[in-house]
Amino acid sequence: MSVIKVPEADSAGWSCANCNVELTMQHVELEYLDSLFNVELPACPQCGIVLIPETLALGKMNQVEHLLEDK
Amino acid sequence: MEQADLRRLESQCVQEETPQCVAACPLHVDAKQFCKLMAQRRIDKAWQVLAKTMPLPGVLARMCGEPCKAACVRQDVGGPINMGTMERYCAENAKPINPPKPLPARNKSVGVVGGGFTGLCAAWELARRGFETTLYCSQLGEGLPPFPEGVLDRELTGLETMGVKIETGFDASVSFIRTLIGDMDAVFVDSDVLPESVRDFGAPDELTLGTQEHGLFVSLQGEDSAILQAATGRRAANSIERFTQGVSMVTGRELEGPYETRLYTNLDNVQSLTSALPERDCSELDVRDEAKRCLQCECMECVKSCEYLRHYKFYPKVYARQIYNNESIVMGTRQANTMINSCMLCGLCETVCPEDFSMADVCLEARRTMVEGDKMPPSAHEFALRDMAFANGEKCSLAKHAPGTDTSDYLFFPGCQLTASDPSGVEAAYADLRNRLGNVGLMLHCCGAPAEWSGRVVLERDSMNDLKQIWESLGAPKIIAACPTCLKSLRAGLPNAEITSHWSLLRVLGIREDSVSPKGPFAINDPCAARHDVVLREDIRSILDTLGADTVEPELSGETTQCCGYGGLLSEANPALGMHVAAKRAEAREEDYVTYCVMCRDMMAKTGKRALHLYDLLYSEVNDPAARPSPGYSERRENRVRLKEHLLRNLWREEPNSVAELFESIDVSFTDEALQRMEQRRILKSDVQKTLLAVRESGKRFVHAETGHYLTSHRPVIVTYWVEYEEQGKSYLVHNVWSHRMHIKGVKS
Repeated sequence: MSVIKVPEADSAGWSCANCNVELTMQHVELEYLDSLFNVELPACPQCGIVLIPETLALGKMNQVEHLLEDK
Repeated sequence: MEQADLRRLESQCVQEETPQCVAACPLHVDAKQFCKLMAQRRIDKAWQVLAKTMPLPGVLARMCGEPCKAACVRQDVGGPINMGTMERYCAENAKPINPPKPLPARNKSVGVVGGGFTGLCAAWELARRGFETTLYCSQLGEGLPPFPEGVLDRELTGLETMGVKIETGFDASVSFIRTLIGDMDAVFVDSDVLPESVRDFGAPDELTLGTQEHGLFVSLQGEDSAILQAATGRRAANSIERFTQGVSMVTGRELEGPYETRLYTNLDNVQSLTSALPERDCSELDVRDEAKRCLQCECMECVKSCEYLRHYKFYPKVYARQIYNNESIVMGTRQANTMINSCMLCGLCETVCPEDFSMADVCLEARRTMVEGDKMPPSAHEFALRDMAFANGEKCSLAKHAPGTDTSDYLFFPGCQLTASDPSGVEAAYADLRNRLGNVGLMLHCCGAPAEWSGRVVLERDSMNDLKQIWESLGAPKIIAACPTCLKSLRAGLPNAEITSHWSLLRVLGIREDSVSPKGPFAINDPCAARHDVVLREDIRSILDTLGADTVEPELSGETTQCCGYGGLLSEANPALGMHVAAKRAEAREEDYVTYCVMCRDMMAKTGKRALHLYDLLYSEVNDPAARPSPGYSERRENRVRLKEHLLRNLWREEPNSVAELFESIDVSFTDEALQRMEQRRILKSDVQKTLLAVRESGKRFVHAETGHYLTSHRPVIVTYWVEYEEQGKSYLVHNVWSHRMHIKGVKS
């Protein structure tokens, strides 16, 4: 599966509070209504928590959710 | 939806029916389009509209007897449009255009006998259809009145350009006609020019103009109207086309001549406007003004009154097709889902439609089909259904006899939204009912409307069954409902129950003496659920009279009232359109609204409009209740919970037995921006509390280098919530929230 890159996935200023490390772009698997996506998103390189910024959640991600709901 | 259903629905909507003038015209000239262009002073374009349909347009336009006038809808509001004068103006002033280009040759030959107008028109129509046409006559244009120089010649040249061979100097006889029939594929005879000789072939059939002679078509005698002569020429050409193709001569010809049309045009708001057109020497501005009088007939009754129908740019006939197509898609995107889920199901379209078309029925059925086929977008109604489940859950629902009694003559059913928006009003109303009627029980429950509106038939049935069981367990008392939607739902779901509205009771019992003396004037807003409930609407007006309220009515009121934007869960499935609908309704009157549906009140309040629920006048202790903002989603839930707890403690002297959940102990406050976003994004305080509880346990969170804010996420069931917050001792201040439905499965290793 090819990796989707999204310009909205900007994690400026955020770091992992638990591991105290900067976030890096990593391949993250997202799923909605039986569809799987491999997206490059900011995540903690140690504990793996993934950040979905507000602009991504309300923009591109919301559009894709609606698209899948209408399939 | 089956294809037969689609056909039935499509034919029920009259918007695409032919305008009266076009239907009345024997040639069906598009007079509506002609007038539209003339009104824009696009005379050359208008002339093209005439020339597209009329044979020998330069001649016919000067002779048209304008039968459309008798059918013109404008005739009762200023007099019919004078098409004839405008046609003549156009013929004289527009840029001449070339005759139409014939269709490809059919290799069929037709003889036309007679050079009167009928014969000329038949030759025109036949040549246009690609027949090899020869016109035999003693004299061209026989019987026509004199025209300005060049007019007739130009059209005759046009005939020849279209390929008609003209043989003049013929004195046709029976034997000549018989020879033609033998030589050609078909023959048409203009009987007005050759009256005696054609009688040998028997009278022509009115529909087909066919005779006892195979291949011979003859016009009916004595037709002296030019437009009807032209129509005869066209009818003959149609018959000859069918004859040479060997298809039925009679089927599907109902619309060839003038016919009745079902197009409805409402004249209620049309100003009378008489014609100022001089019969002769018209100027361009004279004809423009005359053309502007054209009503541009169309129906659009429903679209004119419904913001939802207007929003999607078309009308029910098109929507029915879109909904049918939406259901038929196997692979691909269902384009009409949001449209289907945006109908308010309010019934206004059906009320104003001359043919009773109900978008509500079509959309509700489509929703049910979507749910049944597992094709309903999960996000459309989930929030509303969660709210319904919450209202019927342990924290909010209640069913009890009046304190100190073990039977109920009556059962007060205020509805889940009234308890959410105005719990103290509900409490006061319940006290008032008990004071005056004695043993009135109380039931706090949802009537199931969200289940119905969202197309969940099973949920609707199950929730009504639950409600029925509770009601029966209280001894099946008479139900007193306050909310118009509850009244409708309960009457449909509990046909054996005696159900009255709180308003009917108040009308009989009188209002409480300490009710607020209203300052008016108020505009009465009938909720859509009261559309067909005349008694309910009269009760309200009577109560307002008793209160001494000075009232006015919006233009759309009573049976034709408009929905506030909440009905059918519009504001859930399409929040932006819901707010637009609410704003339009709010704008309809300048006065403060008074209504008896709390969702109407709250939708208006959300737009900034001052609005009252009748309980605000009867039971409120708030100063200026019209200014009360609509409570947010979380507050609505808390109001229900607190009302139940409060009533249990104060009326029944019971301690609520519901156990507080752990997340409820999270002490959280919000910035104004965060609160605003929670409303917009349908995120509840409890969702935030659950997220903060989760991070307290997991410790998984981000921190911001500049603000020091934390950010965490949690997915209680389906939706993932993100909360940006700061810690303030043991409590939290939330700065921002957002959510998504996509599930983060994790980093791929």
